[in-house]
Amino acid sequence: MNVLDPAGPDAGRLAELSWILFIGGGAIFALVLAITFFAMQGSDRSRKRLSGNWLVWTGGIAFPVAVLTGLLVYGLLLMGAESRPAEPDLRVHVEGRQWWWRVSYEEPDGSRLESANEIRIPLGREVEFVLTSPDVIHSFWVPSLGGKLDMIPGRTNRLRLTADRPGVYRGQCAEYCGGPHALMALEVIAMPAGEFDAWRAQASSPVENAPARGGELFLATGCGSCHTVRGTSAAGTIGPDLSRLGERRQLAAARLPMSAENIARFITHGQDIKPGNLMPEFRFLTADETAAIASYLAELK
Amino acid sequence: MKPPSSLPNTLPRPRSELAKLKAVWHLPSGWRTITAVNNTVVGYFYIATAFLFFLLAGILGLLIRTQLAVPENTFLSQDTYNQIFTMHGTVMMFLFAVPAVEAMGILLLPQMLGARDLPFPRLGAFAFWAYFVGGLVFFSTLFFGAAPSGGWFMYPPLTGMKFSPGIGADFWLLGIGFIEISAIAGAIEIIVGVLKTRAPGMTLTRMPVFAWTMLIFAGMIVFAFPAVILATILLELERAFGWPFFIPERGGDALLWQHLFWFFGHPEVYIIFLPAAGMVSMIVPTMAGVPLVGYRLIVVALIATGFFSFGLWVHHMFTTGIPARSLGFFSAASMAVAIPSGIQVFAWIATIASGRLKLTAASLFVLGFLFVFTLGGLTGVMVAMVPFDWQAHDTYFVVAHFHYVLFGGMVFPLFAAFYYWAPAFSRRQLSERLGKWAFWLIFIGFNTAFLPMHVTGLIGMPRRVYTYPAGLGWDTLNMVSTIGAFLVAAGVLVFLVDLVRNLRLTNTDSVGNVWNAGTLEWLPNHAFGTRSVPFVNSLYPIWSTRDLARDVERGGYFLPGTATGSRETIVTSAVNAEPQYVMRVSGPGWAHLSAAVFTAAFFLLLTAKLVIIAVACGILAIASIFIWMRQSDPAPAGKAAIGGGISLPTYMSGPMSHSWWAMVVLSLVAGALYLSYVFSYLYLWTVVPDVWPRPDSLPGLPVLAVSGLAASAVALWAADRCVRLGRRGAFIGLVAVGVVALIASLAADIWSQWHAGIRPDTSGYTAMVYANAVLQAQIVAAVFCMALFAAFRAATGRVDSLRRVAFDNLALFWLFALGQGALGLLLTHGFPRMAAAL
Repeated sequence: MNVLDPAGPDAGRLAELSWILFIGGGAIFALVLAITFFAMQGSDRSRKRLSGNWLVWTGGIAFPVAVLTGLLVYGLLLMGAESRPAEPDLRVHVEGRQWWWRVSYEEPDGSRLESANEIRIPLGREVEFVLTSPDVIHSFWVPSLGGKLDMIPGRTNRLRLTADRPGVYRGQCAEYCGGPHALMALEVIAMPAGEFDAWRAQASSPVENAPARGGELFLATGCGSCHTVRGTSAAGTIGPDLSRLGERRQLAAARLPMSAENIARFITHGQDIKPGNLMPEFRFLTADETAAIASYLAELK
Repeated sequence: MKPPSSLPNTLPRPRSELAKLKAVWHLPSGWRTITAVNNTVVGYFYIATAFLFFLLAGILGLLIRTQLAVPENTFLSQDTYNQIFTMHGTVMMFLFAVPAVEAMGILLLPQMLGARDLPFPRLGAFAFWAYFVGGLVFFSTLFFGAAPSGGWFMYPPLTGMKFSPGIGADFWLLGIGFIEISAIAGAIEIIVGVLKTRAPGMTLTRMPVFAWTMLIFAGMIVFAFPAVILATILLELERAFGWPFFIPERGGDALLWQHLFWFFGHPEVYIIFLPAAGMVSMIVPTMAGVPLVGYRLIVVALIATGFFSFGLWVHHMFTTGIPARSLGFFSAASMAVAIPSGIQVFAWIATIASGRLKLTAASLFVLGFLFVFTLGGLTGVMVAMVPFDWQAHDTYFVVAHFHYVLFGGMVFPLFAAFYYWAPAFSRRQLSERLGKWAFWLIFIGFNTAFLPMHVTGLIGMPRRVYTYPAGLGWDTLNMVSTIGAFLVAAGVLVFLVDLVRNLRLTNTDSVGNVWNAGTLEWLPNHAFGTRSVPFVNSLYPIWSTRDLARDVERGGYFLPGTATGSRETIVTSAVNAEPQYVMRVSGPGWAHLSAAVFTAAFFLLLTAKLVIIAVACGILAIASIFIWMRQSDPAPAGKAAIGGGISLPTYMSGPMSHSWWAMVVLSLVAGALYLSYVFSYLYLWTVVPDVWPRPDSLPGLPVLAVSGLAASAVALWAADRCVRLGRRGAFIGLVAVGVVALIASLAADIWSQWHAGIRPDTSGYTAMVYANAVLQAQIVAAVFCMALFAAFRAATGRVDSLRRVAFDNLALFWLFALGQGALGLLLTHGFPRMAAAL
């Protein structure tokens, strides 16, 4: 997660711009300090030379006008490079919610593949993120891939990003969205296009061999009123889709590493792990029941 | 005005003259000091309170840094942290920065301009007490866990009722809205003071840069603050009554708030910075022992900054998805505003080069300011680059940037100002040794705290996070920042020790001109300012006029005593400072004080939903204002000789008078508020045109409402005739008829909308229609109170063809009400019809 260590062409252009700004800014800063030093400590002759109106005209007007005009043109060109009319290779809808991310891939046949808090993208293909929010303003930001864009209720924003280096890139909500805003992160996994296609082909089908007892408890406890697990009667849409929870690297919007133990902890002590999150704690479950549900969910992969 | 060839008044002066002057300006003592209104006393209170809020918000900053020192810290809970960071920003901006510079203006301006006091001392005191009470109560909401937690810019929908049901957000909206009203009162005082109470001969081109900056500061407040006041009114209406201005699913728009907020919020940054730059422009010439290089360029730069700053609010919204083309304009404007700052920086450097800078504590703080502010300016250019901002926005890079500009641009100059001006107001100088210690601790601490944050942001840390996971590379940088913050605190502590040991405020025997400065505030000072009012022949009168201090103190210059037996100051023309009349200014009193306390109570109790007590307090506040106003507008007292053969009137009405100027500025404030509303209405239409009605569902043409306005206008015209002709009874009748017609017009409009089935909580459109009525009701209520007062004055024989200020003020605001009423009808009835025809 580093602006200056880009993993794609969009972030690359911004990193290049950043370096230009830092080096140019540093040089100007050094120059101003040097002039100030000479104004204080220089010989009488050099101080006299610095004391006229000309210094104000050159340093305060001519020089900044020239530099800023150049920068402005450069900035406008870069912004132009961001607007691409052609259809993207892949479209992923991301909905910022208090305090997690609903993810939904547009399938070639027009259907949707639902997920949450983790986004897989193919290397070298341009991805359009369609950004919305049903509650408050959030901001989608994966620094290694590019700049951020807000998710504003009532509006739809579109952000195009491409990754050209495989890896896992962390992102985090960048617009304060109340409560546990600090704990609203996500991961983007950039993988070779072939692997991505293979994953997508099988991800839409339900997981068959998950432990039956945990699954029954999951439904009996009422988890399905908020969560969806494809292929079961659990079809809630208030909380994250759990159809392939076990497959994700992280839990609770990148709050914890994925494991059956962590799932169990989150079920019973979610408010300690992520204070303010909207899932009630299920402390009435016995340790055994919790473990069964957790191992069921961890096997959904 | 030609410089007098000899001293305007003969020396020596009669002994009784000074005694009388002293008696008139006598300061109340003991606990009655709180009734004092002298700009020095109110200035001390004001600065002390602002500095108290600096300390309190600084402690909040330390709590933030303590929490973030290590990852996964549990020092503060999530909710506490969210309240604390919201309060840190809010208090620093609204309760420290703006009041602090306003306070410096109130303390320094009369001294610097050669006035005896500000033109409306009680208004200044009212502004202070309202701020004092409101600010303390607002801050203490933290101790009850009831502080706002939506961030200092309070973006809805997060701050709407649905996502913030507690009263914290209401405290923010009503509390801050109220404190801004106090800031506006101060701004009116400052504008009239700077333009009308300068010493004879102090033309605009001889006016100190600090006074220029305060004039621009106040002018910017007049145009910027109304935008956020409107925003707070709209959001409070939404929260209290469900009028959906910002709720997208009900035909509102979330970004409307951001436009209004930043239309205020960006100028706000310059509102804070410009006066601080003005202080630097005063300190540098003195410490270098030479006049400022590029005075005229600096003044032009300041005015340019004022203008530009209104054109770049969208640069806080680069990541909201606004189309690239419009972003280009705001990017250009954001960069352009760097140029005036560049002009000032190089003018200061050139000034330093043309003299020899004495390395005093004040100079060190100025140099620290140059260092920190220049860096902040450079990162400002970076974030003005839209693509760079896509990465940097809302990260610690931006946190670092704005602390460099605000702490660098305002706090460093403020400390410089304390060290520089203390001798003018204290029996002892502050300690140079402690001052240098304080400087180095603050300077090193500041850079240790905030320089690393640029990196923290670039490696992905967003702002406003109460904790962060370990192992992302943020740990060490955060720890370093925390250590730096505590170094700053140590520096501030050293400064406090210095204050306790050495600051001995006085109104009679300050140390005086220890730096050999050239401007008027360094003349011998008293509760009444200078003994006599000097003639100003240059930018640095003390340098250019031989023995100025001695002759002023002996009473050789203008108005060495009191001409009318009350507190007075000379009013001069706005550009050339030609003496126009002797104005009588008010002295200590209780009424403005109780008005302030009850106004604060009204707003705060309303927040706490104690409506009945709140209304009672509101009535008491208005009653207090009536009592306060009864002592205003004293009867004409003939001519007053101020020396040099100049004899001035002691009463003035019309465009030359100070109260006319104040009313015009107040109308500008109200106009800016209404224009913000017009913008909001039209903006919302561009976003959600679907909720605008078709002409057939609109109420009929507003014939009744228009007739009401017309009748009211005729009554106003006739009332003016009656004042000229001295017909008291008819005057009172006409005022009554005119105000009733004004109220009837508004009522008829509301009734017609209601009758057509339009309810405020239906959509963004209907909410806007009723918001127009709310704004008009506000103005009409003010006109009603003023009319009551004018009628009362007329009934008791205090309004006639000469003594007519009470009516003139009413007439100005009445005219404004008529204009706003007509514009409102045109907008709410005409625009939907026009839009439908498009």
